[in-house]
Amino acid sequence: MRYIPNTKSVRQKMLREIHVKSLEDLFSDIPEEVRLQKLLRIPGPVSEQELYEHLMTLSEKNNHGGNASYFIGAGAYFHWIPSVVSHLAGRSEFYTAYTPYQPEISQGTLQAIFEFQTYMCLLTRMEVANASMYDGASALAEAVLMARRINPARADVLMPSTVHPEYRQVVQTYLLAQDTNFIDVPFTEDFQTDWKAIEKRISKETSCLVIQNPNVFGTVENFQTLQRISEKIHEVGALMIVTVIEPISLGILAPPGEYGADIVVGEGQPLGNPISFGGPFLGIFATKKTFVRKMPGRLVGQTTDSRGERGYVLTLATREQHIRREKATSNICTNQSLCALRASIYLSVLGKKGFRELARVNLKHADYAREQISRIGGFRIAPVPIFNEFVVECPKTVSKIQKALLAKRIVGGLDLSRFFPNLENHILLCATEMNSRNDIDRMCEVLRSMT
Amino acid sequence: MNIPRDLKFTKDHEWARIEGNVVTVGITDYAQEKLGDIVYIELPDLDSEVTAAESFGTIESVKAASDLYAPVSGRVVEVHEELMEDPKPINQDPYGEGWMIRVEGTDGRDGLLSAEAYEKWVDEEENQ
Amino acid sequence: MKKESIMAGKTVGTQGLVLNEPLVFEQGAPERTAFSLPQSDMLEKPPEDLLPRAYVRQEIQGLPEMSEVDVVRHYTRLSQWNYAVDLGFYPLGSCTMKYNPKINEDLAALVGFTHTHPYQGNTKSQGILRLMYELQAMLAEIVGLDAVSLQPSAGAHGELTGMLMIRAYHADRGSPRKKVIIPDSAHGTNPASSALCDYQAVSLKSDSRGLISPDLLAEAMEEDVAALMLTNPNTLGLFEEDILKVTEVVHAKGGLVYCDGANLNALVGIARFGDMGIDVVHLNLHKTFSTPHGGGGPGAGPVAVRENLAPYLPIPVVDKEEDQYVLRGERPKSIGKVRAFHGSFGILVRAYAYILSMGAEGLKEASQTAVVNANYLRTKLKRFYHLPYDRICKHECVFSDKLQNAFGVQTIHIAKRLMDYGFHPPTIYFPLIVHGALMIEPTETESKETLDQFVAAMEAIAGESQENPDIVINAPQRTKVTRLDETQAARFPCLTYSDLE
Repeated sequence: MRYIPNTKSVRQKMLREIHVKSLEDLFSDIPEEVRLQKLLRIPGPVSEQELYEHLMTLSEKNNHGGNASYFIGAGAYFHWIPSVVSHLAGRSEFYTAYTPYQPEISQGTLQAIFEFQTYMCLLTRMEVANASMYDGASALAEAVLMARRINPARADVLMPSTVHPEYRQVVQTYLLAQDTNFIDVPFTEDFQTDWKAIEKRISKETSCLVIQNPNVFGTVENFQTLQRISEKIHEVGALMIVTVIEPISLGILAPPGEYGADIVVGEGQPLGNPISFGGPFLGIFATKKTFVRKMPGRLVGQTTDSRGERGYVLTLATREQHIRREKATSNICTNQSLCALRASIYLSVLGKKGFRELARVNLKHADYAREQISRIGGFRIAPVPIFNEFVVECPKTVSKIQKALLAKRIVGGLDLSRFFPNLENHILLCATEMNSRNDIDRMCEVLRSMT
Repeated sequence: MNIPRDLKFTKDHEWARIEGNVVTVGITDYAQEKLGDIVYIELPDLDSEVTAAESFGTIESVKAASDLYAPVSGRVVEVHEELMEDPKPINQDPYGEGWMIRVEGTDGRDGLLSAEAYEKWVDEEENQ
Repeated sequence: MKKESIMAGKTVGTQGLVLNEPLVFEQGAPERTAFSLPQSDMLEKPPEDLLPRAYVRQEIQGLPEMSEVDVVRHYTRLSQWNYAVDLGFYPLGSCTMKYNPKINEDLAALVGFTHTHPYQGNTKSQGILRLMYELQAMLAEIVGLDAVSLQPSAGAHGELTGMLMIRAYHADRGSPRKKVIIPDSAHGTNPASSALCDYQAVSLKSDSRGLISPDLLAEAMEEDVAALMLTNPNTLGLFEEDILKVTEVVHAKGGLVYCDGANLNALVGIARFGDMGIDVVHLNLHKTFSTPHGGGGPGAGPVAVRENLAPYLPIPVVDKEEDQYVLRGERPKSIGKVRAFHGSFGILVRAYAYILSMGAEGLKEASQTAVVNANYLRTKLKRFYHLPYDRICKHECVFSDKLQNAFGVQTIHIAKRLMDYGFHPPTIYFPLIVHGALMIEPTETESKETLDQFVAAMEAIAGESQENPDIVINAPQRTKVTRLDETQAARFPCLTYSDLE
């Protein structure tokens, strides 16, 4: 086997040095009854060439960016990934290393994470960010758990329907054992959060308010309202958690730190990570310094070595499971280091001007698509501020529209009735820098044929 | 290992200096030695109530964290706030500048160990 | 000199050219860029005008401005400060740092996998769903259980998923139990995951063999115990010899047995968790199934369960209807979702490719070789280091610093000195039941020559500890940075560039 250097004869030699007669002797501690007597029923072994051919065939049995154009986001966004991102993150000194437990020989990973933490603070305008979490949804669940820890007596979690439904599901699963009172709040006709309804539910029982901005429908929530709501939340001693699922939006939109967020979580996939059918993804978690010892996840800090040189270490580890065990701030025992590295490289490539320009182009393309579709009879779009996603009410069922689009090798948006039964005939469309004018015009042609 | 004879102790390695109705609390020399460099301490608010044998705060070194247990029950009348900024005195002078809180009330004092009993307890722990 | 003879002609640390490199935030110059965008002719006016003014942010001050060359050099230099499996022996116990096959990286990067969307629909994802379906079946076969969820993102995530399922199972039977029994040798994630499920963790003392004692377990096994959470082989690298009795004791009181599958690399094709009476297990694809650790992630932690727990699996699961593969979300008893979408597909591709490359025989040979390698190190090293549980081990062995303590040398020093010899240290100070533990896991992808070099280095360090302990205590000397001040880092946390300023 090409990954096992020791041949059978070397193995025999080693067995003699171990002072056992046969390989079997090394497994004599396993009860006879559970020792497997036959080979596993598993295909293979296959050669590298056969393997490549087989997986190539499987990969071609899907729609993908090489054979279709996509107008879908809904929590996973297509962006151009500059070539250097994969080249640098593909250096095996990065991807074949483990968690940087031994800082003297892990400074590369450690400095990269320190830079990632800084990048996330710059984007969200928060004071401290961790080394990353599994994905945006689990990061949100951890944020709600943290809010519950800070105010254990309060059980109300305000979580409006404008938060991504899968994120809401994940929060509810994580808190299955925490005796939490989830308060759902509807959305308005033009796909904004119903803030009046929220205000009525804020009380001394409130642990936290969870919002998503832009929200699950792509609407950018009213900045002044968000500021006002955060004041109300803070007046009762609760926390405001803001979820950003499309971080490219932070290139042009006011950051959550400016409208009162106590914790900002988000999905870092759009920053240089491929979607890959939904994972691996990159959970962002940022908060204020006052909460640093309550936060989950790994943290990297700067310090000096015995010669006075700058260096980086994992720090504040007493929050974590390997020390605090059942009293830890989370059970997480990892981060998404390589995905975080990709995000850092991506942001370094874009830089100050590039990040801004990319956000502007996304807004331009989405606005163009919205403008073109709104001119087609029978398609209706609410006039609300957006970033790169918006809801379209269609004259036909979404499945019919998706089918027509697919015939032209276009993957349309998300059928919102999948999560919101009352939103029949509503599709959530997304346009980024990946969707050219030509693409958008082609999509509109198909829609025009549906009226 | 320094165990002042005029103090009382808990099995969790806190010391108590009882002066009238006011009890000063800290951790022992043995405890600070075991923990290593203290990096952080969390103490209760002024005027809050603490209960004997229950946690009143937490203390952390680089590689360990533990709860602090109150030797007596009562109201917190003084908090050594400076320790929360710089906890070094806990390592340097655990029975002096390393004091943590002063509590008004002595309920629970009967359950505390004498210096001799505490010394024996530490020996037992060491030999385990 | 002994040291010279060990190093002669061998792959050990030397002083190479290592470049200093500041933070990205300390580099670059105004107007410099590494980014290009296609010309866009879609809008005349500035897009900022589409938003109310209060919503609009200014350019983010503090983001760097670098050219592509700057970026490439920065991250290339950083990469050179890392130790990695592709550089050398990485014997971290319980982490299974085996070689990560290169072809798997190429396969996971195929555009037909990477540029796909989780909501693009079953009919347009048949290749992806088939891969997931087949991987579910392969993992179920390997552990001898009935159903698998590929959703969890890591081992601890799998633990949370599994424990929530156990909780749902008991709640469904009208007897929500309160406690979980966890051996004192367990990973810290076990009690932390149990606590998230509102279970009280009850610690079970290991016996003199380092194993679970069925008698002690029977005493602790009350009616309100939801589960026993064990690791097999355990964190001492020892197979739980009484596993059948152990699972029987738990089942007799209506409890379930959860197995932390972190140490599966000892057992593939040799013994199966299902046959041992285990009800739930999580697997670390980044350990046994060779997907890279990535400097700390991403990994994947699928969960396998017995049939009676299948209704509680997170949604969706991948199923097959006639010749179509489908994602199935309508499962009324499911615990819900532990992350968005369907799992870390990019990692699943690599594990699937690995299993196919190995086949049943190759997988078995891998486990056998991993066990031979571990026992070889155990036999060789016990001449110089204290071996607290001297018996046949599985994929790893645990030593202590007891013999070196007499000279003032501790585990941390031995670990750091190994770096000077060009090796990554083993896992240290774990499991907690061994004072000053050194936990060594060689895996099957290391040759006898590498193991012999490691033994020679460990022997040399044992010698140095007696003759010249200072050289051990002051290690490492050959690394880019020397010992770092962790106390300062924790006392005055500096977690971002602006803290530093």
